[in-house]
Amino acid sequence: MCGIVGLFAKSSEVEEGLGEHLAAMLAQMSDRGPDSAGVAVYREPAPSGACKLTLFSDDPLQDWDALAADLRNAFGGAPEPGVRASHAVFVVDAEAFDAEAWIQSAHPELRVMSAGQTIEIYKETGRPEEFIRQFSLGDFHGTHALGHTRMATESRVTTAGSHPFSTGLDVCLVHNGSLSNHNRLREELRREGIEFQTENDTEVAAGYLAWRLREGASLEQALDGCLDDLDGFYTFLVGTADGFAVLRDPIACKPAVLAETDEWVAMASEWRAIAVLPGAADATAWEPAPGVVYAWERQKV
Amino acid sequence: MRAEVTEAAETTAVEVVDLASTPLRELNQRLHDLAGGADGPRRWRILNPNGAHAVACGIDAEIEIEIQGHVGYYCAGMNKLATVRVHGNAGPGLAENITSGTVMVDGNASQSAGATGRGGLLVVHGDAAARCGISMKGVDIVVRGSVGHLSGFIAQTGRLVVCGDADEALGDSIYEARIYVRGAVSELGADCVEKELRDEHRAELADLLLQAGIDDLDPSDFRRYGSARRLYNFHVDNAY
Repeated sequence: MCGIVGLFAKSSEVEEGLGEHLAAMLAQMSDRGPDSAGVAVYREPAPSGACKLTLFSDDPLQDWDALAADLRNAFGGAPEPGVRASHAVFVVDAEAFDAEAWIQSAHPELRVMSAGQTIEIYKETGRPEEFIRQFSLGDFHGTHALGHTRMATESRVTTAGSHPFSTGLDVCLVHNGSLSNHNRLREELRREGIEFQTENDTEVAAGYLAWRLREGASLEQALDGCLDDLDGFYTFLVGTADGFAVLRDPIACKPAVLAETDEWVAMASEWRAIAVLPGAADATAWEPAPGVVYAWERQKV
Repeated sequence: MRAEVTEAAETTAVEVVDLASTPLRELNQRLHDLAGGADGPRRWRILNPNGAHAVACGIDAEIEIEIQGHVGYYCAGMNKLATVRVHGNAGPGLAENITSGTVMVDGNASQSAGATGRGGLLVVHGDAAARCGISMKGVDIVVRGSVGHLSGFIAQTGRLVVCGDADEALGDSIYEARIYVRGAVSELGADCVEKELRDEHRAELADLLLQAGIDDLDPSDFRRYGSARRLYNFHVDNAY
């Protein structure tokens, strides 16, 4: 069992309160996933030509200002660390791939949680309520966000094994369920050059999506591919720079609820996570059909 | 029987419980305390369920409950004698193992609605998701909308009425339950076949629709499905 939440703002009021709403939704899913929690928040796009990295350090004494100085020397500009608990966000004057490659070679002790223009991923082990407090989730403004509470079944309880998983620039995945063919698929994807850092089944689904997107598939095509290539139970929520998409496996063992008002679109494992949103009582609510991709995207400006 | 309860209840005050301020366990305990004809309110209104699990679960009393809002898992599970009406949607396992009484939902029900139900009536005015009536053992289920895949799976007895469409594997491995569908069936499950709709079936359907408060549909527009009884005995070709 795990809990999933997603919120897509359709009004500036909901964008302003995104973190507060996300925190309330995540707290409701706490008993579905008491061992870890994580969120992906889409907000404050990096300027053109720059990128945004979210970095994780397991060293409580990590000197993020020193890293900012290193980044300045390497790429110029004036990167400032946006520190939240064990994570820090940097806007770097470089292409995301170059910045990520530099971190991996110059600071292998750090882990790149997300890279792109707008995405920020934060995740940690421990009770979701504690995560919400540690990472000051209520502060976030943004356009849309995903969240996950984990009850581990397939692999260890670690920060790296928590969700969301980055699946490429500005793309991430959260998952409720378990995959049964992840070991073989992981080996196949490794041969395609996809790297894995854990034994986690969801990381394989994330790697699969990253591979399909890299090979030119649209998000919808990549998700449709899951129906053929992934064996197991899943409700997936995928975040992109412009919105999010939902897919349930054809057997649909894992729950999902969608709801929409003029102000927002929300997805959650259960209604009680949506009930905390303003106007929820009058929302149009339904259960997504199995094997069907549902997607919301904001208008590209 | 049901009409008498309503008339008698109208003279009784309505007990209002707001789940925004009252713990769910306290509510359920008060409802359980009415078992065996104990004194207490006969009409209840429950406010702000906000998707909570197991609301009004395990009742054994001839009472009426109105729930204002959406409920989570297992609402009205194991219901006995009570009439429970949800003015909203219901999560998975609605009225699971109901033995008698009536459970009605104005909106949609998630998967496994009426699962293993042994008696009573479940009415879903919206759609029911996958596995509606799975392993039903005597309950009657009327769905005004459509049902998801594997509905009526290993259904043993009782009636499942679907006014809309039914998704894949309807009635898979069904025993002696009867399934009526008005719309399209995307695929019948193993050993489930269409059967002739005779007068006694039209009469039974008319009665079930009446009980469900549906008066605008003609029983003759339904098709009947049931077991071909080919899986009753072991057959080596069915083994893997």
